[in-house]
Amino acid sequence: MILVLSLAIAAAVLFVLLRLLPGDPANALVSVGADPEQIAAARRQVGSDLPLVQQFFQFVSSLARFDLGTSFVSRTSVAADIADRLTVTVPLTLMAFALAVVISVPLGIIAAVKADRWYGAAISVVSQLGIAVPVFWVGILLVALFAVNLRIFPSGGFPASGWADPAAALRALALPTLTIAIVMGASMLRYVRSATQDVVDSDYLRTARALGSGFAEALARHGLRNGAVPVISILGIELATTFLGAVVVERVFTLPGLGSMLLLGIEQRDYPNVQGVLLVTTLVVLVVGFLTDIIQRLVDPRLRYSRRGDGK
Amino acid sequence: MSVATQDDLSGGQKRRLPLTLIVGLILVGLHVAIAALTLFWTPYGPNDMAGMRLEAPSFAHWAGTDRLGRDLFTHIMIGSRIAIQVGAGAVAIGALIGVSLGILAAFATRTLDDALAATFDILIAFPTLLLAMLVVAASDGASLSSAIIALGVAISAIVARLTRILAKRVLEMDYITAARTSGTSWLQIVFIHLLPNIWPTLMVNFALQFGLAVIAEASLSYLGLGAPPPNASWGRLLQEAQGTVYTAPFGAVAPGIALVILVIGVNLLADGLRDYADPTRGRR
Repeated sequence: MILVLSLAIAAAVLFVLLRLLPGDPANALVSVGADPEQIAAARRQVGSDLPLVQQFFQFVSSLARFDLGTSFVSRTSVAADIADRLTVTVPLTLMAFALAVVISVPLGIIAAVKADRWYGAAISVVSQLGIAVPVFWVGILLVALFAVNLRIFPSGGFPASGWADPAAALRALALPTLTIAIVMGASMLRYVRSATQDVVDSDYLRTARALGSGFAEALARHGLRNGAVPVISILGIELATTFLGAVVVERVFTLPGLGSMLLLGIEQRDYPNVQGVLLVTTLVVLVVGFLTDIIQRLVDPRLRYSRRGDGK
Repeated sequence: MSVATQDDLSGGQKRRLPLTLIVGLILVGLHVAIAALTLFWTPYGPNDMAGMRLEAPSFAHWAGTDRLGRDLFTHIMIGSRIAIQVGAGAVAIGALIGVSLGILAAFATRTLDDALAATFDILIAFPTLLLAMLVVAASDGASLSSAIIALGVAISAIVARLTRILAKRVLEMDYITAARTSGTSWLQIVFIHLLPNIWPTLMVNFALQFGLAVIAEASLSYLGLGAPPPNASWGRLLQEAQGTVYTAPFGAVAPGIALVILVIGVNLLADGLRDYADPTRGRR
């Protein structure tokens, strides 16, 4: 299936890219003044002395067993590490995504329907601003405002006990969630507004109103489903982007999530960690895209019968 | 031609349309001018300890100083140049590869076209920032050119997909069939009929990608994968200022404002170009 094929290609690309990284990962294991014998032993240990082809087959066969290997540096299981860190990244992503949807969908519809009022125009202008702002800068500004001046939320970090203390964990995730939601919400808002605009301008809505429906009724009955199709595809992309945006935001708030694991892995040349994180993120992106397709077909029966077309 | 009627139809918004274009041009022009200026002159040397540590903004230091006492405004000005280099470089690479591959796919046989289209989709699914992180990490030491190349490659997939869709739409037109039957070579079709038709839409996309590339490079620099000084970008300035946000909040604000002005400028430019190229398009 396409999903499996895409993941296989992504895995191969990752493998090649990672071997292009300069420096032997074995260097991470030995101290600076190590003699050649120690280095050779370290290379044997991490397997970087084997020919590339052999390394690749080992990689593929362990993937098939859902084994992501062990970290070169910490000697812990990569899969377990990832599972541990997902307890930070997944709640962060889902909360931010939910908040962004709650902000953007109503505001987007208002911006389109009330485009001639001052508040409709104001929403559009503010959303324009929102897509020009890097997510980490929003994070820094929120820290300056809420953590430094108002002292409402912590400026970073995550309780060592994790979710054992849910209130503390939620407090730690409050500012990061808000950060992602603001930036994602602004970009989603633009798509919702544009989709609603198409619906409002459509012939079928005019016909429905000519037949006696009120504007709100016509919009709810005929507009919602039609407008939802393009919006759902965008929401799918945005959910994946939110997940990735977490990489940067976790750095701003020093959260022990997937993003910080990736950055640390790159710094330490810890191939198995980098590889594992990238595979999991790619998998998430692909699965979300796949689910988006299915939901779209459920909402719009016309899509069930047409094969992939060009454009929209 | 219906040019006159189109102008009449859009009469209500006619005064509005150039406004986005003009404001966009002013904002981008400002940055271009500053970037050009840094080639000859900056208020202080980038490495001069020109003042005290973490000074607040003043007449001598418009944006204050950083924690080593260097003039922040000087670094923000240099950041303009870096950002424009990144945006222009990445878009140029992306446009060159993307437009070529997109047109190739549109002209190609069914199988090749499908293969290329699938490749574009997979590349697009692979997140730009992660791709850029890997490429930057793979090159020896973080440098500006590795970031530009990585972002350019990521942009090329997006441009290629767009070009392919646009080109296929044009190639179905009767005048293309007419040109083909009258013996026009495919090179001539590309340059005389195809490119002029899809160029306006592509330009709009290039402007948007420029803004995204600037943001992506700032993120890379913020994560510590950007070019080191004296080529420090706004992202790096922000990362350094984050540590002193308690004592000198202005340093964490000013580089961000410069970045937002540039990105909004290019976005407005894109909006203006789109409306200019297609006056019948409604207000969106």
